[in-house]
Amino acid sequence: MTRKSVNTPRIRRRTFIAGAAAVAAAVPLRYAHSQGQKLKIGVLFPRSGIQAQIGIDCMRGVESAPEVLKAKGYADFEILAGDTETNPAIARAQAERLIEQGAHVITGCFDSGQTLAAAQVCEQKGIPFSVSIAAAPALTEQGYKTVFRNFPTGPMIVTDSLNLQKELFQVGGKTPQTMVMLHTNDTYGTNTKDAFVRLFPTFNMPYKTLETIAYDPAARDLSAEVRKAKATNAELCMVISRVNDAIMLTQEMVKQRWVPMGIVSAGPGWYESVYMTTLKKISDDIVSTVPWHDPNKPLSKALDVALKKRYPDRELNTNHTYAFEGILIAVDAHKRAGSTEAGKLIEAFRKTDIKDNVVTGPGVRFNEKGQNPDVKMSAIQNRNGKNLVVLPQNAAVTKAIWPMRAWTARG
Amino acid sequence: MDTVTIINALVSGLLTGLVYGLSALGLSVIFGVIRIVNFAHGELMVLGMFMALLLFRWFGLDPLMAVPIGAAVLFAIGYALQHFVVRRVSYLPDHMQFLLLAGIAIMLVSGCLVIFGPDAQGVQLDYALDSFAIGNLIIDKVRLYAAIAAVAVASALLAFFKYSSTGRAIRACADNYLGAKVVGLNVDRLYALTFGIGAACIGAAGCIILLLVQVHPYLAPAYTLLAFVVVIVGGMGSLFGALLGGMLIGVSEELASVVLQPSMKTAFSFALLIVVLLLRPQGLLGRVAR
Repeated sequence: MTRKSVNTPRIRRRTFIAGAAAVAAAVPLRYAHSQGQKLKIGVLFPRSGIQAQIGIDCMRGVESAPEVLKAKGYADFEILAGDTETNPAIARAQAERLIEQGAHVITGCFDSGQTLAAAQVCEQKGIPFSVSIAAAPALTEQGYKTVFRNFPTGPMIVTDSLNLQKELFQVGGKTPQTMVMLHTNDTYGTNTKDAFVRLFPTFNMPYKTLETIAYDPAARDLSAEVRKAKATNAELCMVISRVNDAIMLTQEMVKQRWVPMGIVSAGPGWYESVYMTTLKKISDDIVSTVPWHDPNKPLSKALDVALKKRYPDRELNTNHTYAFEGILIAVDAHKRAGSTEAGKLIEAFRKTDIKDNVVTGPGVRFNEKGQNPDVKMSAIQNRNGKNLVVLPQNAAVTKAIWPMRAWTARG
Repeated sequence: MDTVTIINALVSGLLTGLVYGLSALGLSVIFGVIRIVNFAHGELMVLGMFMALLLFRWFGLDPLMAVPIGAAVLFAIGYALQHFVVRRVSYLPDHMQFLLLAGIAIMLVSGCLVIFGPDAQGVQLDYALDSFAIGNLIIDKVRLYAAIAAVAVASALLAFFKYSSTGRAIRACADNYLGAKVVGLNVDRLYALTFGIGAACIGAAGCIILLLVQVHPYLAPAYTLLAFVVVIVGGMGSLFGALLGGMLIGVSEELASVVLQPSMKTAFSFALLIVVLLLRPQGLLGRVAR
């Protein structure tokens, strides 16, 4: 039996060197690929469930972003949308899904619980998280390296609100001596109420708190709540609400013929388009102290135009502006990083210094905790279906009507 | 708390309670005759509310004037639901029927979400923010009209069951299913009619409630739960019981709000439910099951 030689290909030295060179060449190619790659932004908002209305509104700001940012010379980017279903567990799962689908940055989520869940995933995977709306202090107090928040924390909101209230009374020339507070009994409403009550003595507020009235934001009827508030005879009515309950509270105030010196909201609801279109003239004169945009900034005007083009019946609000700025911060970081690589993006996030932005305050930068310390609140007043900034003075477009006019004296 | 505030709360609670009672009547009618718990109750009511909203937007029709149309459309939907769907699972265990109706409820919510979106929407009528003042007593005009409409619809329903031959036949089916079949009544048709009438009540209530609250798809579960509380307190299957239960819940919620804390009012109505279940499980006007 003769042994046949098997003709198998042999790896020669030259072949090996050529192969190794090809592999080595591919590494910088891969790097170059991440450099030229389009930025994918995973956007997480509650688009179904009880917060669907707000999540869908936030998405309107996101949808307006490409047009505005392209005009500013930013590179094209891709939006990967996820729905948290108003549930922190789903927010976590959706953040994981978006990252698996190739998202280089995550932004969102409106609700603090959902945002905290998504932040844990981003920290674990080393993906930068541009927090657009969420006020829980814990987000930037846990030592996370990938979380960057461009939204005031709860204590910042309360501090700014109380300062704005004092300024409002001074500008309006009439100071209330008594106050009644109506607030939702959910986590948001209770925490905000507690923070206000705790800080009233520190800020030496001019009014005495007569009563704080908690109510269910999903209540079918709020006549009793208003009846109880009216019975206190307070001059100022302070409210911490959502939109549907804000509408019901106002209707009840009119029906029960209660006209306090003013209504000041320290949260959402009272400035929203749905509120104003539903109540028309009755919605006028309400003051809200909120994280808002500076209408005098050029980028605010551009965003307003882009939003109106898509949604003519919508007024630019907190949901739109902060959701938009979540995207702006991501594409700005991408531009400076020149790469979609997570490490480089995070480094660029840290060095963010945007002056040409939308929201009130000098701009966007992040401290060592990942918080923008410069973001400021505004006092806005509803007038003829529009939200007009009345304070701070440098962002104001008109003077506040204070005290508010009687319900029947609005034309 | 001063007397004026308490009297105002009592009147408001009574008027609101009558509307609650009407909304629960539909559930009571369906359960009382067909012995099926309609888990899609709130969703059907939201459907009625959206219908009234559309009629207001398209034709400027006041929701009170839309009551006959809302009731007629919901009657057709209810009839079809019983005839084509529910009837086919009536031989299955109770939990299977619950699941079917819960599934229908989810489909209705999703459908409303797709068509109408998640935003709360309402009607703005000329008299929407008016109120009557009698001394210190302030009566909300809309709530008063809604309560009158609720009483009118409930009276018509009670008269139908008492004086019409079809109404009496339906009551016969509820009293003795086998007996009704033996005497030759078309029970399947009467059941479909009953579901239709129950749904018509829900549709009418939806039109009326649109005067008081903004409608959005997620409103439904709260009204399903409310209807359950009202009919259990009043007595499952009893029409008068549903109205009485509604008034009791309305008044107790208002009083709890002004005397205790408004956020306690739901807890108070559930406390009332527990007390009734412990002391009189069949409800205030219900009959003991044999």
